[in-house]
Amino acid sequence: MQGQPKPYWPPLLAGLGLGLTLLMTFVITGHGLGSSGFFTRAAAAAGGWLMPEATADNAYLSRYLGAGAPLLAWITWEVVGLFVGALLGSYAAGRFRPSIERGPGTGAGLRLALALGGGVVTGFGARLARGCTSGLGLSGGATLAVAGFVFLIAFFIGGFLFSKLTRKVWE
Amino acid sequence: MMEQPLYDSGVAAGLLAGVLFGYFLEAAGFGSPRKLTAQFRLQDWAVFKVMFTAVIVAATGLWLLDVFGVFGPDKIYVPTSFFWAIALGGLLIGAGFAIGGYCPGTSVAGLASGRLDALVFMVGMVLGVWVFAWAYEPLEWIYFAAEGPQGQSLSQLFGVPTWVILLALLAIAVAGFRIGSRLERRLGGPLGPAGAEDSA
Repeated sequence: MQGQPKPYWPPLLAGLGLGLTLLMTFVITGHGLGSSGFFTRAAAAAGGWLMPEATADNAYLSRYLGAGAPLLAWITWEVVGLFVGALLGSYAAGRFRPSIERGPGTGAGLRLALALGGGVVTGFGARLARGCTSGLGLSGGATLAVAGFVFLIAFFIGGFLFSKLTRKVWE
Repeated sequence: MMEQPLYDSGVAAGLLAGVLFGYFLEAAGFGSPRKLTAQFRLQDWAVFKVMFTAVIVAATGLWLLDVFGVFGPDKIYVPTSFFWAIALGGLLIGAGFAIGGYCPGTSVAGLASGRLDALVFMVGMVLGVWVFAWAYEPLEWIYFAAEGPQGQSLSQLFGVPTWVILLALLAIAVAGFRIGSRLERRLGGPLGPAGAEDSA
């Protein structure tokens, strides 16, 4: 039932589109793109719901509860848009397909366990760094911020080191 | 003339920026964790190529807006360096990327193109934020250590004009594109979408 998917765009073209989107975002909002901030707010909202007292008392998350609705923020609309844009693009190009993506030698259970563990490490790391590949790497990089390039160098080092351990998951 | 930037962080601005962001991420193949992590197996250089292109395009645009007197870097948000927190956090995000297959933004693109592992990665991120929040007070010393000057840029750090930094980034990008394309040919990359003639 699924036809042949269209190939991905050449990196130069996709990078040009992404760069112009980022530039437009600076002109409209005065700041760049992000994503991990949404998951911080989601964690504050879920914490406020599941363990209201511990979250309200927490020195880090309580600041997001102040206005009552942690998810009511620009970054939420941007991430909703990100989802919609990627959905439209993947569907239109015949690339949308339900899957648990992994290498041929990796079971679904192991893949999901690693996805969860990698997510925990990423969620922790993004709070420590005050941003992620989008907010610090891409947007910070575009402003030529020292912070953006410290992040990018560390990100590539971390990726290379851990990739030695995990390459069998993907190959 | 209207004040620029417009400082409009409303719902429509968020949705517009997000839709384009997601569309281009997915088009680049960044919904696929096999393709994303192939960067670190040196088999697929799309992560380097797309990110460097986007950074140089946006940075050049911001520089031109400054040169033509529309608005300067003091009018936009420029993150401040906290060296140790950003370096350690960056290492962890790189590690999480190699282990879990995504970073925060690409996991949204992954879920939007049907990948259930991306949803599990997102649940993991929420748990990771909770762990950080729980450990926040003992970690505060490292969180605030080695704070750099407010919004410092590379041209301020090195004391050179912005165009010099842009040319240096361009040189790194050109070298990365060449080396990357050569390694892609040798190692059987770059990876195409699943269901196509398997290029891996």
